[in-house]
Amino acid sequence: MHILLRGREIANIKQLDVYEAHGGFAGLKKSLALKPSEVIDIVKASGLRGRGGAGFPTGVKWSFIPQHEPIKYVTVNADESETGTFKDREIMEENPYQLIEGSLICAYAIQAKAVYIYLRGEFWDIGDQLDACIEALREKGYVGKNIMGSGYDCEVYTHLGAGAYICGEESALLNSLEGYLGQPRVRPPFPAQKGGGLYKEATVVNNVETLANVPFILTDGAEAFKAIGTEQSAGNKIYCVSGHVKKPGNYELSMGTTFRELLYEHAGGPLHEDRPFKAMLPSGGSGPIVPLTDEVLDTPMSYEDAEKIGTIIGSASIIIMDETVDMTWVASKVTKFFKHESCGKCTPCREGTYWLDKVIDRILDGRGSPDDVKRIADVAENMAGTTLCALGDFAANPIIHTIRHFPDDFAQHVQAQG
Amino acid sequence: MAIIGNPKYEERINHHLAKYETKRSAVMPLLYIAQEEYGWVNPEGIKEVAQILNLDPTQVKSIAGFYTMYSEKPKGKYWLQVCTDLPCALKGADEFHAWLKEELQVEEGGTSADGMFTVEHVMCLAACDKAPMLQCNFHYVENLDQDKMRDLLSKWRQEAAGASNGHR
Repeated sequence: MHILLRGREIANIKQLDVYEAHGGFAGLKKSLALKPSEVIDIVKASGLRGRGGAGFPTGVKWSFIPQHEPIKYVTVNADESETGTFKDREIMEENPYQLIEGSLICAYAIQAKAVYIYLRGEFWDIGDQLDACIEALREKGYVGKNIMGSGYDCEVYTHLGAGAYICGEESALLNSLEGYLGQPRVRPPFPAQKGGGLYKEATVVNNVETLANVPFILTDGAEAFKAIGTEQSAGNKIYCVSGHVKKPGNYELSMGTTFRELLYEHAGGPLHEDRPFKAMLPSGGSGPIVPLTDEVLDTPMSYEDAEKIGTIIGSASIIIMDETVDMTWVASKVTKFFKHESCGKCTPCREGTYWLDKVIDRILDGRGSPDDVKRIADVAENMAGTTLCALGDFAANPIIHTIRHFPDDFAQHVQAQG
Repeated sequence: MAIIGNPKYEERINHHLAKYETKRSAVMPLLYIAQEEYGWVNPEGIKEVAQILNLDPTQVKSIAGFYTMYSEKPKGKYWLQVCTDLPCALKGADEFHAWLKEELQVEEGGTSADGMFTVEHVMCLAACDKAPMLQCNFHYVENLDQDKMRDLLSKWRQEAAGASNGHR
């Protein structure tokens, strides 16, 4: 059953009247009849965790907002830029009102005065569509003054980024929205605190997929949501599958489904029958790579089980590589991404990604030495944990883990040069 | 033309100024408007955006330089940004990108001799299940191959012979 990608089952759910006819805005209506703190308690009880990558409990995040502060904001992270991730895009294209409803429920729960939806700049057409949705909602009294006769006022706006992965990092996103360079801030104060959020006011920053789950939690109840998935990973998750499979695409499945079921039953198995799977990046470029062994394939896709095989679920952007793929090339591709996307603020990340890229290119060209492989591992280990945001750690991951799991792929380049 | 006092943009500029708490927050949408008017973010556009927002032009230029979707040099009529990131590359995007540059006789980031097409490679565009793909003047074109691309190039050439199509 789809909770998020309902556009697959219900034709034209992207139209307001169709969305309403299928229970749309019942969750907001129910929320407005409750106290804001009761809404937060329901979301807490559901076990919903952030779907942007970090997996932080959503209701707990909302509860950090100091209620006595007069001005609060909700910022929707729609900067979807992780390599291999294309799930928020489908939610916004095919089921946009559900995202806006979830955002408004969050806004009411923390008593925010406005919601800003921060879209990656490339989502230009989605921005136009969301603007039209917001206008339609304003006309029907779901957005603006006195929402649904409740006395609660809230505005919803879109904002387009302009091509910077780093703006998916919440404090960089806030800087970008304020018209400054999209670079991470020193924390504390955290966004939920006075002084740390948008315009220095307390702010919730949530991912699109996270918020799109919220209307269901209000209409069907926290227990119904918690009944789906595993004990520590409640609900459904959209898994974005790309690379060497027959049927790449988004698959919304309950958390705890195994990688094997996703890759063979849903994504159709290896793209070429005679080329078995070799490796998987389960969380785009930023999470640790793992060999696709039987043990990995039989692992349930949940926050807690991914840890047991040495990786993360993160945003669940699952990139599959078959046996023809050279992991040194993969390390190079992912490093070029992070070199390009490093914002330049912290020295270890800015300089580290630059030198990693140069040395891996040398290895790939056949001009490297076995010492170069040790050198890049050493540089990567010295980047991890030394930067203001997680990008430095993300950039270190592909190097550390490709060398750990696939040493022969590196050795072939440095030995071939004689 | 200019963007200040241009009736084409007045309503949009006012909309952006009204939606934020500070004027400065409107710098990104206004830079898109400048780019739409001039085809790239040129010094005149920077100056006008700075004037509207009471900022120094240097502050506006630093924002324009930070993000890849603001072009600091003139582009062809069709700005083709090909994703060559890992998931697309697993489906032949590097070869497609190399072929496209060859087909149009351009270097990376360069513009074809007729001023029609600028080609560059970009990072992940969130269309990994529809590779190879590209963005043309910020609109997605997906599931490409050489035949489809040749058809599109001739369609765009015909289109350009008719109406103008500035960058948004």
